[in-house]
Formats: sequence, C-alpha cells, structure tokens
Amino acid sequence: MGEGTSIGKVRGSGSAHSGSHHWLLQRFTAIANLLLVGWLVVSFALLPGFGFQSVHEWIVRPLPGIAIALLIISTFWHAKLGLQVLIEDYVHESANKFACIAALNLASFGGAGFGLFCIIRLALGGA
Amino acid sequence: MAGAKNRPLAPHLSIWKPGPAMVVSILHRISGDGLALLGLPLLLWWLAALVGGPEAYATLVSWVWLGEPGNSLKAITSVLGKIALVGLTWAFFEHLLSGLRHFVMDIGAGYELRINAIWSWVVMIGSIVLTAAFWAAVLN
Repeated sequence: MGEGTSIGKVRGSGSAHSGSHHWLLQRFTAIANLLLVGWLVVSFALLPGFGFQSVHEWIVRPLPGIAIALLIISTFWHAKLGLQVLIEDYVHESANKFACIAALNLASFGGAGFGLFCIIRLALGGA
Repeated sequence: MAGAKNRPLAPHLSIWKPGPAMVVSILHRISGDGLALLGLPLLLWWLAALVGGPEAYATLVSWVWLGEPGNSLKAITSVLGKIALVGLTWAFFEHLLSGLRHFVMDIGAGYELRINAIWSWVVMIGSIVLTAAFWAAVLN
C-alpha cells in the first residue's frame, strides 16, 4: 500500500477482497429458485388438499421428488449466499464475522442434507 | 489496513428523500431473510413431518394452522402460523419480482428515475396481487 500506483492503492481494499464469483452464483441459484419454487407454489395451488394423504400421495411421485431435491439444493445455496451478505454488512468485528459465517455454513449444509435425506426417504418409500 | 481510516466519504450522505426504489431494496432484504430464516426451517419441518407419518404431520398442522381444542399455546401459534404462511407467500413473490428487477438492472437497463420508480411500484403491488391470487386458489 502507500506510494504505489492509483490502482495499486485500491486493489484488494474492498470490504471482502473478492465477490464476482459470489455475485454470479447468487444469480445462477436465483434462476433455479425462480423455476423450482415457482413450480412448488403452483403445485401447492393445484393440490386437492393439505391433509397427509393428498400431500404424501403427491410428494412420493418421481417428478415432485427430484424437483424438491433440486429445490433444496438451490434454495439453501441461495439463502447461504444471501445471509452471508447480511452478515458481512452488519457484523464488523472480524472474529465475530468469521464465527457467524462458519455457523451459517454449518446450518446451510446441515439443513440441506437433512432436507435431501427426507425427500429421498419419501421417494424411495422408506416411510 | 494502512490508510483505511482516511478514505474519502461521499459528501451528500445526509441529503436524501425516501423513494420507491429505496423501499423495494429494503423489502428485498427483509423478504429474502424471512424466506431463509423462517421459510426454509418450515420447509424442513414439513418434509420431516411427511417422513414421520400421519401423526407427525397432524402435529405440524395443529401447531401451524388448526390449533387443538383446549390447548391455549397452540391457539396462539396457529394464528402466528397463518400470519407466517401468508407472510412467506408474500415474501416469495416480493423477492421473485424484485429479483427479476435486479436481473434487468444487471444488464444496465431501467435506471431512468421514472422507469425505475414505475417498476418499483410494479414489484410492490404485484407481490400483493400474486399473494392474494395464490391464497384464493388454495382456499377455494
């Protein structure tokens, strides 16, 4: 830093030192969410009812199974990226920020893993 | 980092007035965080209850929607549950439309003040209309 060129003085001085990869992934997962959650919302509107029987009958079929599995991956990924930005905006102390992002990663992978396990179990008729 | 405290500040931080674009930006964050922090856990609970079987599913429904005769705690949570589900539906449509607005702005379009304000209003009104349409379809 200091006496270098203009670009040299600012390079790497952004708040997070990187970001375009994060930014792009946020968009890619947003497109997937648009399709998958949009599909889920339409499916909810078309379901004959929300009792156990009608929902279970629907969700164990192959198409809802694979769509919900993909939905879990893309929504948890997108949520993880979005909440990371929230943390970076409001948690300024670097150790706390690190702890929050570490916890966020655990919760995101844990939640997604749990959801995938549930939908696979439903699809394969284990329950 | 050396010199970080001496970086220039924008000179007009205190001169601003509220506008639709500002509101949509704030709503985008609120709706996204609501979907992530409340919507995803509810989604997992719902899937887990389906795995658990009819009894587990009935437990979820009694907490979130139906309540249970004689249970005053569930009387409260079943009201909160309905508010949460309608709120999450709104949050989804708000975040979806607002996200589409971001896609347009990502390609460098839609920054003219008037156009930007119009699309901000379309996002806010459209999300309420779509939420109403969804619940009309579900409750019908």
